[in-house]
Amino acid sequence: MSIVRNPGIPLDMKYVGGLQINRSALERRASTLGTRRSVKKDNQTAWLLKAITFIDLTTLAGDDTDGRVRRLCTKARHPVRADVLKMLGAEGLDIKPGAVCVYNNFVKTAVQALEGTGIPVAAVSTGFPAGHTPLGTRLSEIRASVKAGAKEIDIVIERHMALNEDWRALYNMVKRCREVCGDAHIKVILATGELGTLTNVAKASMVSMMAGADFIKTSTGKESVNATLPVSLVMVRMIREYLEMTGYKIGYKPAGGISDAKTALVYMSMMKEELGGEWLTPELFRFGASSLLGDIERQLEHRATGRYAAAHHQSLV
Amino acid sequence: MSVKEIFETMEYGSAPESDAEAKAWLASHKKQFELFIGGKWVKASGKSFAANSPSSGAKLAMISQATKADIAKAVKAADTAGASWRALSGHARAKYLYALARLVQKHARVLAVLESMDNGKPIRETRDIDIPLVARHFYHHAGWASLRDSELSGYEPLGVVGQIIPWNFPLLMMAWKIAPALAAGNTVVMKPAEQTSLTALYFAELCMKAGLPDGVVNIVTGDGETGQAIVAHKGISKIAFTGSTEVGKFIRKATAGSGKDITLELGGKSPFIVFSDADLDSAVEGVVNAIWFNQGEVCCAGSRLLVSEAIADKFYKKLKRRMDKLRVGDPLDKTIDMGSLVDKTQLTRIQNMVEAGLKEGGEIYQANIPMPNKGCFMRPTLITGVDTACTLVREEIFGPVMVAMTFRTPDEAIQLANNTRYGLAASVWSENINTALDMAARIKAGVIWVNSTNQLDAAVGFGGMRESGYGREGGREGMLAYLKPKAKSGNSDAQPIAVIKPTALKSNAPVDGIDKTAKNYVGGKQARPDGSSVMPVVSPEGGLLGEVGRGNRKDIRNAVEAATKSAKWPSSTAHLRAQIIYYIGENLDARKDEFAQRIKSMTGCTLSAAKKEVALSVERLFFYAGFADKFDGAVHAPPVRDIAIAMNEPIGIVGIVAPQTAPLLGFISTLAPVIATGNRAVIIPSDIHPLAATDFYQILETSDVPAGVVNIITGEHDVLTPTLAEHDEVNALWYFGKAGGVAGVEAASIGNLKQVWSHKEQQIDWATSYGRRFMEKASQVKNVWVPYGA
Repeated sequence: MSIVRNPGIPLDMKYVGGLQINRSALERRASTLGTRRSVKKDNQTAWLLKAITFIDLTTLAGDDTDGRVRRLCTKARHPVRADVLKMLGAEGLDIKPGAVCVYNNFVKTAVQALEGTGIPVAAVSTGFPAGHTPLGTRLSEIRASVKAGAKEIDIVIERHMALNEDWRALYNMVKRCREVCGDAHIKVILATGELGTLTNVAKASMVSMMAGADFIKTSTGKESVNATLPVSLVMVRMIREYLEMTGYKIGYKPAGGISDAKTALVYMSMMKEELGGEWLTPELFRFGASSLLGDIERQLEHRATGRYAAAHHQSLV
Repeated sequence: MSVKEIFETMEYGSAPESDAEAKAWLASHKKQFELFIGGKWVKASGKSFAANSPSSGAKLAMISQATKADIAKAVKAADTAGASWRALSGHARAKYLYALARLVQKHARVLAVLESMDNGKPIRETRDIDIPLVARHFYHHAGWASLRDSELSGYEPLGVVGQIIPWNFPLLMMAWKIAPALAAGNTVVMKPAEQTSLTALYFAELCMKAGLPDGVVNIVTGDGETGQAIVAHKGISKIAFTGSTEVGKFIRKATAGSGKDITLELGGKSPFIVFSDADLDSAVEGVVNAIWFNQGEVCCAGSRLLVSEAIADKFYKKLKRRMDKLRVGDPLDKTIDMGSLVDKTQLTRIQNMVEAGLKEGGEIYQANIPMPNKGCFMRPTLITGVDTACTLVREEIFGPVMVAMTFRTPDEAIQLANNTRYGLAASVWSENINTALDMAARIKAGVIWVNSTNQLDAAVGFGGMRESGYGREGGREGMLAYLKPKAKSGNSDAQPIAVIKPTALKSNAPVDGIDKTAKNYVGGKQARPDGSSVMPVVSPEGGLLGEVGRGNRKDIRNAVEAATKSAKWPSSTAHLRAQIIYYIGENLDARKDEFAQRIKSMTGCTLSAAKKEVALSVERLFFYAGFADKFDGAVHAPPVRDIAIAMNEPIGIVGIVAPQTAPLLGFISTLAPVIATGNRAVIIPSDIHPLAATDFYQILETSDVPAGVVNIITGEHDVLTPTLAEHDEVNALWYFGKAGGVAGVEAASIGNLKQVWSHKEQQIDWATSYGRRFMEKASQVKNVWVPYGA
């Protein structure tokens, strides 16, 4: 499947200004997303395998080293034990994570480690996680990451622009980054935990898409509150609005806080319910997570053997 | 499908909840149930009938049909249990209710499954909504049992209460009925709907496990005939009914004059109003929860969609897309949104209704989704392009069918919302708090949900206006529906009301020589009676004190018309109403001697007694003037982030038939609370001593009472009352008139189900009858749920 890239549209301030989210009503819907659907047995197996393909295996820590990044890439090559896949009757399936996500400095390492796998490298390249470095510096960082082989760039927005409702500035900033990304896809991190209101989340989502985002993403993982279902619901609804307005499909990436298989399935069901089954593809949906993979592996092993699995039987993420 | 195939299709598959435990329970009863009377299973004298699963058609069990004799047994058991149950301390009763709450929680899963099997509703709803609310209801009312004596002092239980509930929320409706009744100290005879008896029978076992004293709860299964036997039984003090408006009217008529209290929670056609500034995606989810919750088999379902014309197309598009995501299927499957209708009868009725309705116009859209190929399932349905003249807009469908119309302005939204015989609930969607609260205040409904829908909680009263019934369930107002004021000390046995024989006229010459003929008082003016006929007012000695108009049907019509036109009074400030009523009191006081003389001449009482009656009348006016701005509502505390406001609202136009005796005090005691709460009154004064009321015209004229707020028609109670009791614009009737009139008034009230409050043919001492109860009877509680969250 090939998704037509969103070229962006002119900023429609009238539209953005009119966006309103009713928090209580939205939370009520979010609270039943996990109770209205359930995936069991073989369906659960298939869904969990699919979930792996959505994961952006990520390491974004101060103590990252080449060695750490290489280990992550090795895990990306072998996300699930072959014996487990075989027992599940899934051995022919192309199960690999959506991407490996690292700081700009480790793009090169990751690209080399993943050579031949088709797994793209994503880079966080704009003064991650605060976004407070000068724009020029950030743009150079993007250029450097792209040059080093990153196929996806995760940028962070400057929160003050959203908090002060300076949507024009946000639009221009994202648009500049998008231009510099070239063919690399751009994911715009809204840092929703720091935007104060769901209405701000909606507006920041919409402005980012108008500016040309390929994906909108909740969080850096460094805020005190990361991906939540209510925030996700707001963002996917905005994606649906944008689709209706323009015909372009924008991807969604919740990041941080999704660490178990069960939660991942709820998010996937949300995508299917709110946007449709066609969003259940790595081109349009990612999890920003790494420990999630370990839990999925254990659930898969349980599905395969009928025994609850041990964490130390799975290779490290 | 193989894992690899599912990996491509990403289907949910099915996730059935196990029915093993529920089936084991049915088997433990050999799929054969008796009646629960006096704490034991008792063989019914009637036949058995089958309980079927509407989704699969399978027979689940055989249920007993309770006959008149069985009901007699049950009432006797409840009556016997009543004395000691009533005598228990509040804490002791609380412990039983608490135990029931805990037991419901401990048996939550099997109850949820059983309910789903029996009714066809999705397991998600029984598991996450019905059963938790049942437990919550018992917890909440365990508290009321503890608090009754301190928080509701001055009240006592009614006795044996007959309770009849519908099939749409079987166990939840049972909890709504049983919990407050028991907390208040009543004992109950409960009849579940014949389609859904199983969870009630399971609950009977929980009562045994809780050690509930024998006979406090009796569960009698059966159909409408069993219900009729309950309604007719003389040993029952109150009937609490939830169900159709049709049956509600039957019950009102059947109990007319019996002295039974009744509360009715009936049908609805509740508006769901979406303004252009609403969070539309959330409003779409609201529609899902309004009309496709419980297959639309919900009395308070938002079933009339009113959308701002500016966004209607956009909203319909969103809604249709959402409909195509709904999943309909096996109620026990955890992946479905909507289960089966309760039985074939309902399915056929709804399908026929929709088919016939569409002939009047409208476009139908039905969810484009896979459907089960057997069972009583129906597609989620939206009908647009209909109008208020269409049957589908006017009549309750009670199924998964939404009808939609558009409006242009808030005023038009209100007009459409209130253009219905019902008044149960409403849902208002706008991000503008001014718009939302304005709607909430102006919609005629007992429950208003701002930016939400179908929110229910034990702490918040639930119940309707108009033909959606009367009485509230939940909250303090719900407790009051199971209590009555304690009999006054020293007067525990109320006396039957005296039949008064009018004195025969002995002389046609006016007592004081000048002809005085009072007219009616309508729309702020004195109006000649339509029939130009008069009747004499006779002194105790047989002298002619004067003449008053002999009112007829048309005078009542004109008076109600005038009251209808006085539309500003209900929304006038309480302070203004207080000022006017104080002023009436002031002006009456200025003419107290004249009124005392009048009372003395009509009744033959002593001058000092007459003076006392006038003084008390002035006192009453001051009392209700003082109360007008202190009859506060409440803010309830449901377990969600909501401000739930209980507002006391006027009922509308209240007809009053004033007492024959106490010609001024009885007149004022009934009139003052009615207008203090913002109602408009059409009052028929004493028909044997009417001159105090006709003298009162001048007081009203000098007291700035707006035209039409008080309308007075003189004439015989027997003649005027039926017209007033039948009038469809009259929303409540207070009957304190001539002996023997209550039965007729109650029976006549069914046309529009007006609330009737009466002396129940008992003597009332007007010198001591006043207070909060009068304000409560003159008003109805509207609960407004206002969620918040920045």
